[in-house]
Amino acid sequence: MTVTSTSDSMTAEAPTAVYLDYQATTPVDPRVVDVMLPWFSERFGNAHSSQHAFGAQAALAVEVARGQVAELIGAQAREIIFTSGATESNNLAIKGAARFARRHGKGDHIVTFETEHKCVLESCVALADEGVRTTVLKVGADGLVDLEALAEAIEDDTVLVSAMAVNNEIGVVQQIAEIGRLCRERGVLFHTDAAQAAGKIPLDVEAMSIDLMSVSGHKLYAPKGVGVLYIRRRPRARLLAEIAGGGQERGARSGTLAVPLIVALGVACEIASQEMAQEHGRLIELRRSMLDQLQKKVPDLVVNGDMEQRIAGNLNIGFPDIDVLALMRALDDVAISTGSACTSESVEPSYVLQALGLPRSVSAGSIRIGIGRFTTQSEIDYAARRIAEAVAAQRGGQEAAAQ
Amino acid sequence: MDVYLDYNATAPLRPEVAAAMNAAFGLCGNASSVHRYGRLARRAVENAREAIADAVDASAAEIVFTSGGTEANNLALRGSGRPVLISGIEHDSVRAAQDDVEVIGVDRDGVVDLTQLETLLGAAAAPALVSVMLANNETGVVQPIDQVVTLARRFDALVHCDAVQALGKIPVSFAGLDVDMMSLSAHKLGGPQGVGALLIRDGLNLAPVQRGGGQERSRRAGTENIAGIAGFGAAAALTTQSVEAAPGLAALRDDIEARVKAAVPDAVIYSADASRLPNTSCIGLPGVTNEVQVMALDLAGVAISAGSACSSGKVTPSHVLQAMGAADDAAASAIRVSLGWQSSAADCDRFVETWTALANRRVASDLAEQSVA
Repeated sequence: MTVTSTSDSMTAEAPTAVYLDYQATTPVDPRVVDVMLPWFSERFGNAHSSQHAFGAQAALAVEVARGQVAELIGAQAREIIFTSGATESNNLAIKGAARFARRHGKGDHIVTFETEHKCVLESCVALADEGVRTTVLKVGADGLVDLEALAEAIEDDTVLVSAMAVNNEIGVVQQIAEIGRLCRERGVLFHTDAAQAAGKIPLDVEAMSIDLMSVSGHKLYAPKGVGVLYIRRRPRARLLAEIAGGGQERGARSGTLAVPLIVALGVACEIASQEMAQEHGRLIELRRSMLDQLQKKVPDLVVNGDMEQRIAGNLNIGFPDIDVLALMRALDDVAISTGSACTSESVEPSYVLQALGLPRSVSAGSIRIGIGRFTTQSEIDYAARRIAEAVAAQRGGQEAAAQ
Repeated sequence: MDVYLDYNATAPLRPEVAAAMNAAFGLCGNASSVHRYGRLARRAVENAREAIADAVDASAAEIVFTSGGTEANNLALRGSGRPVLISGIEHDSVRAAQDDVEVIGVDRDGVVDLTQLETLLGAAAAPALVSVMLANNETGVVQPIDQVVTLARRFDALVHCDAVQALGKIPVSFAGLDVDMMSLSAHKLGGPQGVGALLIRDGLNLAPVQRGGGQERSRRAGTENIAGIAGFGAAAALTTQSVEAAPGLAALRDDIEARVKAAVPDAVIYSADASRLPNTSCIGLPGVTNEVQVMALDLAGVAISAGSACSSGKVTPSHVLQAMGAADDAAASAIRVSLGWQSSAADCDRFVETWTALANRRVASDLAEQSVA
């Protein structure tokens, strides 16, 4: 997919690059834009002004969206809380659950994993300052959680386990149902960061025994600035709010709801519900094609993370001894990343790749390729050729320098 | 066509904002990404930051984008670690942000009591954080922030100012007010819902609430809401224009109040003698709850409100009017009429006609009851 901007101020650097960074963010689906736009202009009411027609119409639209989100994850509409995004949802879930438990003397220990998103790990750091203990477990070389280690890490004082459904860098899918079952057996709340999973793989909060789940709008073709926290009602997951005020969202999250963004997220979830299975097959083929083409030209490449337990739209590839920042500079016409966008300005290899125990020669030479709804075969062919050329050029340069 | 006179709850999107957002929805990058999609997204964010900085006399580096005014108020009050003093007419998001706050009273017009503020500042166990809004959302009363700041400085206190309702209605200058923090919201001035900002004076350290990636210079984590921020920037660029239109709105508002008083002599215009926003009128109709008034006007196609919109639809007596000394039944019979960039004289006529008809039915039914008795 290529996007051309119509704004004059931006034509100086109009993107003609192939976009392969779908784990960083996704374009808003045009069908989502179409449904969303009238809620900005013609139907602009404040959803909390429900005593008049403008507000009531907005409130109704929010409830429709709540149902659409619930449908995607097997929840009830009233268990869906709208937030500004997955970072807020993760902060609210982890800090909110731990603080509530601590205030009520129910324990002060949480368990998470070293490959979680930065905002999960940072929320744990914030809690540590308040005296909440955190156990950060390692993952295997394939990126997968060790269930036995998790079972051992859960203590009497443990109140919450937070495990992401799909990793944002290596796309690895965790055994969410098994983790959920273990947490339920041990009487511990289970939170999963599903920002990269929702709309990509089937999720069911009942079957997977999930108590809290974070979803992001802009990872599933809705706009940025909106997300969801699923909060189980039976048995009830209790939280202390992070943002207090007017008491919106059942007191869990105050603030005027962003109606157009919420409408958009609802529609995006509905589209994902309908198209997920078919899209999965298409992305698997595109990814296979990308990997085949790269392997032919760069036989020593390494795939980081498990290749079977992985979402269809992700590849994370290490090119041994390649300077990945130089590689990225040489590839200005292919938009890929070295890892999480949040830490993309860092020169250190990703902490996720380091957690897999990769040699530094590989982790420092790794790229993430994110394939999505608008990616075409010709874009894959173009990008594969350009990436392979850039790797070859760098190695050629290295050899020349060595001689 | 329905008449919308509830701009203090939310304002319709301005066309210039819609255009900016449409362009931004076409940008698919994450502003933290280093590739060109990311750089374009970053540029959209930083252009908006500059536009907002220009609009409110701040430096771009002082602006932290949030999901709205409520989050901005929470961040301001939770992050300082100081004793907190707030006025009795603050928005719920200020009132609820901290468990332990001292409340500064207001006078009958709804203006903060500076003598009491001085006493509380003197009695505080440590240098405090004072939070006083620039203009009230229900009455429109503009607060003497300059005097609040002067007092606060004498006691080494910081000042936070919730300017959510003021921006776009009166001139707002972060540098001129000389406050330490200021909250803004886009959707009150014709920008989109879901985006706001906290301005933090250069050099002031504030503990973040929302943690994660290092966005907003580690003061507020989370992927930037590109289109929302672009829309906020476009709306902010229009504030000079909208402040220039304020006298027109004030004339419409004053005309509403004059006609209301002429037709219904026992109607109460709250804070009529105070310095107010040009667009806001808070009107009490003795004997008729605001809920009944709002519903009756809604049936006639006129949207107004019973005070703040933010209490999940439930109507309770306004804490703002109670703080001003209004009795519960008086506070429960006050409505808010708020005008904005699309409001016309015809809209105001519709309100006045519908509302005075309701008020006159009240008189008729009172008489009917008396004659039966």
